Amino acid sequence: MLSPISVSIASLNISLLAPMAILIFGALAIICIDLFTKGLNKSFYVMFSLLFIFLDFTALIGLNGPSRGFFDVMLVDGISVLAQGIILITSALFIITALSNKPFKEFKKAEYYALFLFMIVGFQFMVASDNLILIFLGLETASLSLYTLIALHNRNKAFEAAIKYFTMGALAAGFFAMASLIFYALTGSIELSVIGKVLESRNYAPAVATLAGIVFMIIALGFKLSIVPTHTWTPDVYEGSSAPLAGYMSVVPKIAGLVVAIRFFDIFLSAHIVWVENVLIFLAVITMFLANITALVQEDVKRMLAFSSIAHAGFVLTALMVGTVQAYSAIFLYWILFMFTNIGAFTMLWIARHRKNLWDSRYQHPFTKFSGMAKISPMMATIIAVFMFALAGMPPFSVFWGKLYLIGTVVSSGHIILAVIMVINSAIAIYYYMKLIVYMFLKDPITEDGNIYVANSSTPIKVIVGITLVFTITASIFVEPILGVVTQMLRASGL
Amino acid sequence: MEHILSLIVFFPLIAMFFGFVISKDSVKTFGIAVALVEFIFSIILWIGFDAGNAGFQFVEYAPLISQFGVNYYLGVDGISLFLVVLSTLMTLVSLISLNIKKDIKNLVLAILFLEMTLVGVFLSLDMILFYIFWELSLIPMLYIIGAWGSGQRIYAAIKFFLYTFAGSALMLVGILYLGYQYYLATGTWSFSIPDWHLLVLPFHTQLWLFGAFFVDFAVKVPMFPFHTWLPYAHGQAPTVGSVLLAAVMLKMGTYAFIRFSLPFFPDASVYFLYPIAVIAIIMVIYAAMVAYAQEDMKQVIAYSSISHMGIIILGTFAMNAEGITGSIFLMLSHGIVSGALFMLVGVIYDRRHTKMIDEFGGLATVMPRYATIFGILMMAAVGLPLTIGFVGEFLSLLGFYAVNPYMAFLAGTGIILGAVYMLVLYKRAFFGKLVKQENKDLKDLDKREFTALIPLVALVIILGVYPKPVLTTIDMSVKKMINLMERKALLPETKELLVRVNKVGGTK
Repeated sequence: MLSPISVSIASLNISLLAPMAILIFGALAIICIDLFTKGLNKSFYVMFSLLFIFLDFTALIGLNGPSRGFFDVMLVDGISVLAQGIILITSALFIITALSNKPFKEFKKAEYYALFLFMIVGFQFMVASDNLILIFLGLETASLSLYTLIALHNRNKAFEAAIKYFTMGALAAGFFAMASLIFYALTGSIELSVIGKVLESRNYAPAVATLAGIVFMIIALGFKLSIVPTHTWTPDVYEGSSAPLAGYMSVVPKIAGLVVAIRFFDIFLSAHIVWVENVLIFLAVITMFLANITALVQEDVKRMLAFSSIAHAGFVLTALMVGTVQAYSAIFLYWILFMFTNIGAFTMLWIARHRKNLWDSRYQHPFTKFSGMAKISPMMATIIAVFMFALAGMPPFSVFWGKLYLIGTVVSSGHIILAVIMVINSAIAIYYYMKLIVYMFLKDPITEDGNIYVANSSTPIKVIVGITLVFTITASIFVEPILGVVTQMLRASGL
Repeated sequence: MEHILSLIVFFPLIAMFFGFVISKDSVKTFGIAVALVEFIFSIILWIGFDAGNAGFQFVEYAPLISQFGVNYYLGVDGISLFLVVLSTLMTLVSLISLNIKKDIKNLVLAILFLEMTLVGVFLSLDMILFYIFWELSLIPMLYIIGAWGSGQRIYAAIKFFLYTFAGSALMLVGILYLGYQYYLATGTWSFSIPDWHLLVLPFHTQLWLFGAFFVDFAVKVPMFPFHTWLPYAHGQAPTVGSVLLAAVMLKMGTYAFIRFSLPFFPDASVYFLYPIAVIAIIMVIYAAMVAYAQEDMKQVIAYSSISHMGIIILGTFAMNAEGITGSIFLMLSHGIVSGALFMLVGVIYDRRHTKMIDEFGGLATVMPRYATIFGILMMAAVGLPLTIGFVGEFLSLLGFYAVNPYMAFLAGTGIILGAVYMLVLYKRAFFGKLVKQENKDLKDLDKREFTALIPLVALVIILGVYPKPVLTTIDMSVKKMINLMERKALLPETKELLVRVNKVGGTK
């Protein structure tokens, strides 16, 4: 007979779970409401989801400093709070884009919103734990919801994308499970902090097993972060999903993956294991180069942005390798700035969404579509140009400050060559961003009908574009406060 | 006068935003008005400038990212003052001479935006701020060349953009590394230029950093062998683009050499003195020869720009007050003269839609006023005494004479070659018989073109005869900088050279 276990409620530290609980409740509420009512407008679901995201956010704001709960399974520290904040803000910006002018099937379904909220919960769990099993659960919850969200877009390309993402994701999940298994076998624990301690006390022996564990983990996380060579799914999946969802995918799963990567690699980097550093440098360099060079030859803007997001992931991977508080704050600063700009860029594509592929049978947003756009709708063209220059790291727009701080970190860690490689890559990257600008501003228009560029626009979407645009342009005044919060949060996590 | 520098930098930008509302047929007048006000501001700055103070004046400072040492930091001294005036003047003149009809609104707004970035580059005292303006200046120029150019305009625009952007990428690493060095030395991050002027770097570090900065500035100047983008850009650019490119944008590179390379890395500058001087002499002679071989008037002036920039570089690396003051004065004179010459080529291109020298001949008979003005400016370009071109060239070469007389002599042959290609151009286009039928009824300069050109011609002569007020103001800040270099120099060779080259001059 088992002896009764008494657990005090206080030791569970429920408040850590409150943000996720709120969102789960919201998702279930959406399903229930759908059971009893019929034909609710999408605006209801969007605002309902937004409300719960907001509640989630308020519950999150109260948390800071490292605290554990639920038998030490959950770990909410500064990194976690920051990442959850980024995830929630991105989600809020994303869900509003569902209020598009054109009707889309998926937005009419309540499941879409329920799945969306479940997905956020999954990502939140993923970043709020250092327990490999909970991370895995969060990862899978989020991924399975995400596959479905992509497929709900209900185009042939969308099904293809979902299946592709699913199969590749399943493989990555397998790798993650393998990595967890190896570390469990090595250390008898599935908590990263304990794993780190045990491995260190044994001086990382046996080397082969540690190596295998790290390699499996790199593949699993590399898939989420779309690091070369596990990046191949990215352009196809982005192309198949709706533009805002693609923008969302280039931000949120990656920050979640980055947090897990920070927690995981910190074990090895703080012990100064040189080959882990070298592997990360190698991956970062090859990711930047390959993604940037492939992006040069893309004919579709969305695919180009997909490769650009791979390149940006490679960029921040360098800071992961540096592994200091300054480096981690650079990652978060970069990602926050990148998030606004990237969401803005993809939302612009969403506005330009047109039912038929008017210009090219293969692509939805070929470069030729934007030809001479500056003469037809100069405002739209200028906004897109600002986003493109910002993504390219042109000063003084948002991503430039992230790039500056990131390269500054790499330089001060003594990796000058790596810093030079990074700037060479941003010089390569400017070409493909500029390609779109050249098409818009310097070529002659192919159509007289300006409507096709704003077919899908609506007031809420314009608001989103406005917010991201203002942030992108005036980022220079936000960098200081963001950096302050980020550094404070990171120091509170005791890194 | 408290915030006059901010006003000068951001007035064109604010005006640009207002300009979006203005209707297409009135926007040119608006542009001229704004540029005039901006020019008046810069004149007020000149009047308010204390010629007895060698340091930075009208300084404005506000922290931007204090944790990382990035500040909003503006200031002006003798080195930058006249480049600001030159930028506002040339913008005004180029707007007056503008006669493009297509998408005129976008063009005027782009020029105003460009003006902001140009002035910002010269007034920034924070390295990151400088970098922002430096990079931003590429965008309007890309647009101007790409949208209003001729021929392979898009190719030329992209080539210009990529070349200069790639060049500045390396400088960014240099800037960050220098910031880190400052952090190591003092414990705080700072990107402010006066702070960096006080930072003494080890010789080895200086060499690397000098290299990182050099590549970017060399592309911008443009120095041989990074010059290939320039003839392309000039060849395709509209007149207004060429004017601003030659008159102001090229000066950003040479200004940066004086402002950054010399005082940040005195030992490295001296160490690389001879290789750079050799490149400069190659620029002077090689570009002059290429200019002689050109059939296109615009290309002649484009290559002559490269040739003149060689003398500016030579003067800069003379490391003495005469050379550097001369090179800054030559920047001003080359800005005015080459700007005016490009405008003149634009005048004839508007009438005949060709720039080939072969197509002309005997123009002096139908366009006497045009030929006179062209003649005066050509003489200034050649460096005839009592024109503006002479002062700068003479001082630059005199300065370098103290370093190495033979090299100065070699560079001097560039002036002779310059006379050759310019006079040949003038002879072929203006003298001789008027053979071509199309040229027989060409109209002489009209009122608009006259208004744009006369101030420049006046400046060419006035400053050629009496350059002293400008020279003394420049000279003071230059001397302060050389003094700083001497104090900072680590190696005995550097000190020895600085003392040696500064002994000869008469202005001391």
